[in-house]
Amino acid sequence: MNYQAPTTLKDAVTLMQGDTGNCRILAGGTDLLVRLRSEMEEPDTVIDIKRIAELDEIAEEGGGWRIGAAVSGVRMAEHAALVAAWPGVVEAMNLIGSTQIQSRATMAGNLCNASPAADSVPAMVAAEAVARVVGPDGARDVPVAEIPTGPGRTSLARDELIASIFLPAPQTRAADAYLRFIPRTEMDIAVAGCGVWLALDAAGTCTAARVAVGAVGPTVRLVEDAGAALVGSKLEPDALDALAEACSAAATPIDDKRGTAAYRVHVAGVLARRAAVIAAKRAGDTT
Amino acid sequence: MALDSKQDDRTHQFKVVGTRPPRPDGIDKVTGRARFGADMTAPGMLTGRILRSPHPHARITSIDSSEAEALPGVHAVVTRADFAHAVADAATADVLDNCMAGDKALYDGHAVAAVAASSPAIARKALKLIKVDYEPLPHVTDVDAAMQPDAPALHEGRANETVPAGLSPNVVARCAFGHGDIEAGLAQADRIVERTYRTEATHQGYIEPHACLASVGPDGQADLWCCTQGHYMVRNTCAEILGMDQGQLRVTASEIGGGFGGKTTVFLEPVALMLSKKAGRPVKMVMSRSEVLRASGPTASSSVDVRIGMTKEGRITAGFAELRYQGGAYPGSPVDMGAMAAFAPYDLENVKTVGWDVVTNRPKAAAYRAPGAPMAAFAVESAIDELAKGFGLDPLEVRLKNAAREGTRASYGPTYPAIGLEATLRTARDHPHWSAPLGPNQGRGVACGFWFNFGGDTCVTLNITPDGTVTVTEGNPDIGGSRASMSMMAAEELGIPYDKVRTVIADTGTLGQNEVTDGSRVTFAVGLATIEAARAAKREMCRRAAQIWGIEEEAVVWEDGAARPAGPNAGTHPPMSLAEIAAIASNTGGPIAGHHEVNAEGAGVSFATHMVDTEVDPETGAVKILRYTVFQDAGKAVHPDYVEGQFQGGAAQGIGWALNEEYIYGADGVLQNPGFLDYRIPVASDLPMIEPVILEIPNPGHPYGVRGVGETSIVPPLAAIANAVSEAAGVRLTHLPLSPPKVLDALKSK
Repeated sequence: MNYQAPTTLKDAVTLMQGDTGNCRILAGGTDLLVRLRSEMEEPDTVIDIKRIAELDEIAEEGGGWRIGAAVSGVRMAEHAALVAAWPGVVEAMNLIGSTQIQSRATMAGNLCNASPAADSVPAMVAAEAVARVVGPDGARDVPVAEIPTGPGRTSLARDELIASIFLPAPQTRAADAYLRFIPRTEMDIAVAGCGVWLALDAAGTCTAARVAVGAVGPTVRLVEDAGAALVGSKLEPDALDALAEACSAAATPIDDKRGTAAYRVHVAGVLARRAAVIAAKRAGDTT
Repeated sequence: MALDSKQDDRTHQFKVVGTRPPRPDGIDKVTGRARFGADMTAPGMLTGRILRSPHPHARITSIDSSEAEALPGVHAVVTRADFAHAVADAATADVLDNCMAGDKALYDGHAVAAVAASSPAIARKALKLIKVDYEPLPHVTDVDAAMQPDAPALHEGRANETVPAGLSPNVVARCAFGHGDIEAGLAQADRIVERTYRTEATHQGYIEPHACLASVGPDGQADLWCCTQGHYMVRNTCAEILGMDQGQLRVTASEIGGGFGGKTTVFLEPVALMLSKKAGRPVKMVMSRSEVLRASGPTASSSVDVRIGMTKEGRITAGFAELRYQGGAYPGSPVDMGAMAAFAPYDLENVKTVGWDVVTNRPKAAAYRAPGAPMAAFAVESAIDELAKGFGLDPLEVRLKNAAREGTRASYGPTYPAIGLEATLRTARDHPHWSAPLGPNQGRGVACGFWFNFGGDTCVTLNITPDGTVTVTEGNPDIGGSRASMSMMAAEELGIPYDKVRTVIADTGTLGQNEVTDGSRVTFAVGLATIEAARAAKREMCRRAAQIWGIEEEAVVWEDGAARPAGPNAGTHPPMSLAEIAAIASNTGGPIAGHHEVNAEGAGVSFATHMVDTEVDPETGAVKILRYTVFQDAGKAVHPDYVEGQFQGGAAQGIGWALNEEYIYGADGVLQNPGFLDYRIPVASDLPMIEPVILEIPNPGHPYGVRGVGETSIVPPLAAIANAVSEAAGVRLTHLPLSPPKVLDALKSK
């Protein structure tokens, strides 16, 4: 196995371009190293991107935040302004694994691993996050929702990598939240997950909402009906019921060792309802 | 020497026993200096790896390892054909077949071949070059399905004489216990509960995977280092499988990262020895976690029918249970112990249990902490709880009303001496936990549990060093702090400080036969032998003092760490301390030691009562453990920290078993969750602080009153939690684990 640790993005792309075998990007390594250790994968080349300085930054950009592909969840949680702007995305990132894992795991890695149960992805989709994809032809910006195409599969070309993820500037009286269900209290994989972003007017009426569900289909899904169910409401029980029903209706899970399909459909709705209430509370607290 | 009359008095004022000194292995374990199974190395060492069956049941029609053998760096390939020595004992023959499949692979993960190579990468590559032709056969993994007459049969002719004719060949043994007349008892009941309860197979979940290093010399002398609960068992089993003399195989136990019964047999060791013998080099083998889950020894899954009758005053008139346990691919599920333990806490006129041992296409079950008892207690204690609550009676009072006590004829035969069940129930009733308020969606459950405890073959040698310190040499791997406990009992007996004693675990060349660290036996049996070895040393030291003083041996006593003259004609010699006697031992006859070899009897039975509060999320079915208290009789707590740790550890494992742990097999017979991600043992944040309450009802069979404490603590939790969750959910739950989908389904079915 050939291990490379370039110090510039350009070198990383060149290495990827020149590689003809199975080439994998190593950021936090919390998925890749597990796969290597369990012998699920034997890459010919591993490119470690942690020594590329520009990928290791959280930078403000037009009021939003650009998060480098090598930034760990813990560093996001320690960034007060980022937490204030996107509490749901940060909490989703820091539900993953243990404290040790959170100190290594990256949001771009969570996205590229393309697990349907990835915790940060529903939160990013609800936040309308945009991935900056870099390849031999330069950079392109791609909505996060368009990166995963199925379990373990992404829309990236074999010589492309994600350099950063951009979270837009937060709006007044708007906030996000993410909840997942696991049988334990931590160190587990979502049975279902739900990210909610919503905006309120001065009277507390929801003016816009985006809801994304995870672990209940082959990819994370933005549920437009669920967002629409909240708009115009003050999150009254009827609106929350409609939200839950829309999320359950959008869920197309399978029965597996982590839960029955029927259970996941039900819990997706429960989580949506609870996450929406948290997001609304946060939005109301912002001025 | 005239023994101090206080020595056998269990109201003796202890000086060391009952205190909480630091454990001698603590610093090594927190700094990484301790050497576990995988930490052993040897010059020229090879890596051994095992090829495992992907099929749950298949005939092995051929194995071609020629390509693997030709791969540079491969030093040996082993299949069952290499184990040519005829193993006479049927149980050991099953162990061999489990370590390396014969004609058939009997479960997903069953070993079919092994390689030894100069690197892990070459070993991995070599496994892929071994061609195994399988003829897949129909399989069965569920215990009730395996008992059906038309179920796929694993073996023919393995049923013993207790099994009636006409059943599936998968039913290999039947046992029955009890007394009285069940039907007559049920006729006196005001209400009868009749239900079926089921539990899934769970794994001990020890953190350290199995690992060993084997080295077989061309002269036939062999050494084996391994992680085990009993290296004498490893020696005896491997010697029989390989056709060696036991004396030619020296086994050394490493530090052990948990066992809980799962390391009371062998999996890798005979294979590593055979690879080493064939390769002429040392061979190290380490299981991955996936291998541990697929191919070590989880416990049985169970299906239990219970019928219990009770009067409206809460007196149990009859108790019946029929238990069906599958113990994997070979005979030996712990159903007999479950059938004995099921009603052991109660004084019943009419009681009967019947147990069925069933084989299925799963890994061969190994012991797991109080093997067989937790599932039986789950069924019986659930039914008692349902009856008590149905009459509006206090479930603790109902248990007190029926509690076994001194003189009770146990459901499994013997009559109890002094036991502590009532004390645990009364203490539970008076504890603030029992009267604490509960909130919405919360419920409280209680349950009792019993375990036999064990003694067995034990050897201890205690050596007095020239500078007056003491070494205790014993043969049981220290799995729960036993080195500290032995040092404490030796210090107590000799009247010297704890830090003047060091206890070491000897290899098999050092002492005679020692039973495995199991049956909660070590603090009891090795402790007893340590005390007796110390007494032997004291007798010798008194004899030396008598010789120096020129008086009769009988005129010398040992008190407060010194020999003292005693009696009318002993004179007024100043006492001689242990150190003073040791310093001149060479001039008074030579080195001083004491030793004791015994098949220890008198291990006192042990009882516990557990109390737990749970909260159920009505929308998701998730269960939270809010509060947990353990009340258990320890006889005498030698090192209370370790006793409390055993109470808490048993409860924690029981919480996992009750809530989320389970072996999940697909329709294809393949284990779906061979890893700690989807085999869900509790994490720290899942557990409340578990409060341990130690009761001390002395065991008459031990000089200090010690009872084993390691296993009883896992017997009540399954039932206690199910009772609490059933109360919180408002519906009786009878199938463990109480995973969220199952609880939500029950809530919806209300």
